[in-house]
Amino acid sequence: MKYYTEEHEWVEVEDGVATVGITEYAARELGDITFVELPEKGSEFGQGDVLSVVESVKAASDVFAPVSGKVLSANRILADRPELINESPEEDGWICKLADVDEKELENLLTDAEYGQMVSNLSKD
Amino acid sequence: MLDTPLKTEHLRLRARMVPFAGWTMPVQYPEGIRQEHEHTRTRASVFDTCHMSEFRISGPGAVSGLDRLMARSTEDQLQGSCRYNFLMNERGGVLDDLILYRVGEDESLVVGNAGTRTSDLVWFKESLPGSVRILDETMSTGKIDLQGPLSAEVLKNAGLESDSLPGYFRWKWVTLFGQKALLSRTGYTGELGFEIYIPWARTPEIWTRLLEQPGVLPAGLGARDTLRLEAGLPLYGQDMDANTTPVEAGFEAMVQMDRSFIGREGLLAGPKKFFVGIRLNGRRAARHGMEVYSNEGQPIGQVTSGSFAPSLGYAVAMAYIRDGATRTEGTPVFMNEPNSVLSGQITGLPFYKTGTARMKLP
Repeated sequence: MKYYTEEHEWVEVEDGVATVGITEYAARELGDITFVELPEKGSEFGQGDVLSVVESVKAASDVFAPVSGKVLSANRILADRPELINESPEEDGWICKLADVDEKELENLLTDAEYGQMVSNLSKD
Repeated sequence: MLDTPLKTEHLRLRARMVPFAGWTMPVQYPEGIRQEHEHTRTRASVFDTCHMSEFRISGPGAVSGLDRLMARSTEDQLQGSCRYNFLMNERGGVLDDLILYRVGEDESLVVGNAGTRTSDLVWFKESLPGSVRILDETMSTGKIDLQGPLSAEVLKNAGLESDSLPGYFRWKWVTLFGQKALLSRTGYTGELGFEIYIPWARTPEIWTRLLEQPGVLPAGLGARDTLRLEAGLPLYGQDMDANTTPVEAGFEAMVQMDRSFIGREGLLAGPKKFFVGIRLNGRRAARHGMEVYSNEGQPIGQVTSGSFAPSLGYAVAMAYIRDGATRTEGTPVFMNEPNSVLSGQITGLPFYKTGTARMKLP
């Protein structure tokens, strides 16, 4: 099951490994993504720490760790093809995988329905 | 916030609208900045530039009066020509960078930036002789930029004869879709292109007719910015301001010092900084306001514009390097902090060297 943050990251935990990325809404708002700073393998992050930076033509935007963990791998394809995040933000455009995840932290996050509600409110503005 | 006459068209095209210099402007359409950028480099795009300011300055002493305010002469400018020029302050700083169209014996159309419209108007009224008539025509003039290598073809398809197209930095009166229009071969993308001046009320119809031509798509301010950056063209308020001289901004060859004009004394002190291009090692962009450091870790200047360059595949920046610091091509520099990951080399402008702006038309 996928969980979301108010800062528009998504996380999906499977067999103790969390896959992290930015949401379709975030990718659309940022526009054409031109650079992704990939976290280094082995580095550790707490929940809410800055995990990555995503840049579009107009702006740079921090990506926060939705859960704490240790970087198992980063999506190397993004180094040459950052636009993959625009094409497939919540599947092929994942940013990194985290191990040593505390699944209890998922309780601090938004469910699919809650995030969907939040985005539809944002879109009304 | 002001709206251009094309606001309804932009909303219909599902543009993302943003505030810019007091106007609500399209920053991008659903295709996105990269697609719009690429389309302009290879085909042709229309840009809403109705926010630019237009002043008609005419009457006895108009041309010589303007000459005194500008870093380049207006008196030796031929009718039918356009000239990029600099409105100067006493210290030699640039109050606005603009294009002067010589439209009559004693009449010029001055096209400036949106953000400087009020201050330009005040300055013209204060400093031009009383015999000169100054009309702010911004709110009655519609302006569409048609840019890209197919631009001339588009105008021919729209019914213009080849010989009615003006040469580079020239303008002509034409009839476009039944409307008399001032057409100049100028632009802000580095590509072959035209700027079209028409009455405000007729602008939506001409915009729509242009979009009906094969190969034409709309492009927003986002693509306009990446295109001009790759072409090495400064943006007023960002790369150039009242504390920057035209010489510092890289236009020394244009400034005509053998005449008297406001700001001439200020220029005699010589440049304190130099405008350069920086090619970054990678895709990550340096941004406006970042410090530039030498290889030895010394602060040597500041970034004024920066972005990923869609046509080049890496990031580029424009910056001012302080007088005395090494700024030869190939000099390694670091942005934001000494030895940072944002590294690059000083390089010549433009970054994108195969633009079609000066292309000869058959």
